[in-house]
Amino acid sequence: MPDLPPSGQSILRSARGSSHFLRETLGRYYATLCGDLIILLTVTMVAFITFKGLAAFTGPHPLSPLKFLFSSHWQPDAGPDEGGPQFGTLVFLLGSVSVSGLAVLLAAPLAIAASILISVIAPRAGENFFRPVLELFTGIPSVVYGWVGLSLLVPFIRNQFGGLGFSLLAGGLVLALMILPTITTLATDALQNLPGSLLEGSYALGATRWQTIHRILLPAARPRILIGVTLGMTRAFGEALAVQMVIGNSVRLPDSLLNPMSTITSVITMDMGNTVKGSAWNNALWSMSLLLLAITFGFIVIIKRLGPQDTKNGNHF
Amino acid sequence: MSGRQDEQTLHPPRPMNPSSSPIATITDPIVEVRDLNLYYAASQALRGISLDIPRKKVTALIGPSGCGKSTFIRCLNRMNDLIDHVRIEGEIKLDGQDIHDGSVDVIALRRRVGMVFQKWNPFPKSIYENVIYGLRVAGVKERALLDETVEKSLRRAALWDEVKDRLHQSAMGMSGGQMQRLCIARAIAVAPEIILMDEPCSALDPRSTSRIEELIRELQGEYTIIIVTHNMQQAARVSDFTAYFYLGSLIEYGLTKRIFTTPRRKETEDYITGRFG
Repeated sequence: MPDLPPSGQSILRSARGSSHFLRETLGRYYATLCGDLIILLTVTMVAFITFKGLAAFTGPHPLSPLKFLFSSHWQPDAGPDEGGPQFGTLVFLLGSVSVSGLAVLLAAPLAIAASILISVIAPRAGENFFRPVLELFTGIPSVVYGWVGLSLLVPFIRNQFGGLGFSLLAGGLVLALMILPTITTLATDALQNLPGSLLEGSYALGATRWQTIHRILLPAARPRILIGVTLGMTRAFGEALAVQMVIGNSVRLPDSLLNPMSTITSVITMDMGNTVKGSAWNNALWSMSLLLLAITFGFIVIIKRLGPQDTKNGNHF
Repeated sequence: MSGRQDEQTLHPPRPMNPSSSPIATITDPIVEVRDLNLYYAASQALRGISLDIPRKKVTALIGPSGCGKSTFIRCLNRMNDLIDHVRIEGEIKLDGQDIHDGSVDVIALRRRVGMVFQKWNPFPKSIYENVIYGLRVAGVKERALLDETVEKSLRRAALWDEVKDRLHQSAMGMSGGQMQRLCIARAIAVAPEIILMDEPCSALDPRSTSRIEELIRELQGEYTIIIVTHNMQQAARVSDFTAYFYLGSLIEYGLTKRIFTTPRRKETEDYITGRFG
């Protein structure tokens, strides 16, 4: 509180008192306010998506949650004579899982190999060259990735393997490229944060560099590398634009690498402009958003689980 | 402080003069070092070191921080190879063979010259896997041999009774003293000829320190041990020979008893009596 200086105190003291007020009290209120605002925004967003997402399962013609999750029958605009609209999202769910799974399968081994190069094999070139390049990569907007995929990858796949080119493979490759920097950066941090004494201890026992890397360094860094892989998976799962541009967006189960298909995110971006607010179709899209949110939360829980375990095992030397 | 000491802090001391060299007094040395100079980029860390390390004895290296003791022992298993911009001149012979010779396999060298570090560095693996790590990387697979090595090495490091029921648990749950003895067991497991110890007790409490010192006395006669220590009582207790390093030079080297009772150089006497350092 900016109390008036009691009589007898010098002007200097009171001046210091007021700057103390500015620095400490105001600063603290400002920080608290901002923190509370962030929490409020998050809670409001989640509440809003939950409210909208549950609308499809209530009301006069409720959608069965089981059908929503496990039916592959997606016909949102079918008329009553065709049996009414169908909102089974299994096709998109499996599409999302397979395209992001493919992306992680392609990106993780490359990213881990790159992180070994940067942190152990060529540390100087790693810091001066590879790191800045990786940081540049993370800054490229997803529409650019999508466009490059559309103009290079799709025709390439069409010419090499036949079909349309728009495919699970194209989506997986574009996503792999997008999550590669994320996984590489985190895996590099994980390896660089290991104590140098592990490396020395291993060399001193007559281990080669490769033995040291795969027997000591990678296992010791594994929990944090897995966090990187999970974050990459999360990013791939939630990416909409770049995937939608190259994956073809046809409603079919992911049965081949070369067939076009859809993901949860791509169908939301494709359909959100075509539906009327409050309609069953629109509500189903909101339910898919809620599903996406729930899956992302699941990933975050996995990351949190991986995190503390790291220190519980005493891997902090 | 005398004028002479002031001069010493300004100018690195001259290397030990050859006439008082103890080289000739050691017969059948395991390591022979001649005129060893080591540079980190532009700065010289070791200056013309020449000494012979006696076989199956404990040799202590003493001297103030930064005098080159650790740098010196890290030359013996070529751990300095890992550091950029290190240049080494001179000759280090292990059983008569120059360890910098192109024909020497550094992996094989490090199996012959084991090392225990200042800060214990067990791998985040089980106790069992820690002990046999050196064998694993050498490609040993026979279960019976591995089991036997684990028991023998842990017994030798006076750790067996404390850990025999939890060999397959993580080594990270042990006390500092136990971890350091595990690191000694790990070094012993590959049957080295020389064990380098770089201030192995400096991070341990007195009780764990005396256990490690007991262990060093038990191991002597079987292995050549070279121990770097800040603790002069420790050097006096565990070693047969003592070398005093100062500013990268070897000042005096001889039998521990002789060094501690009748040092020949004034600098050595000042250091071991605590008047300087």
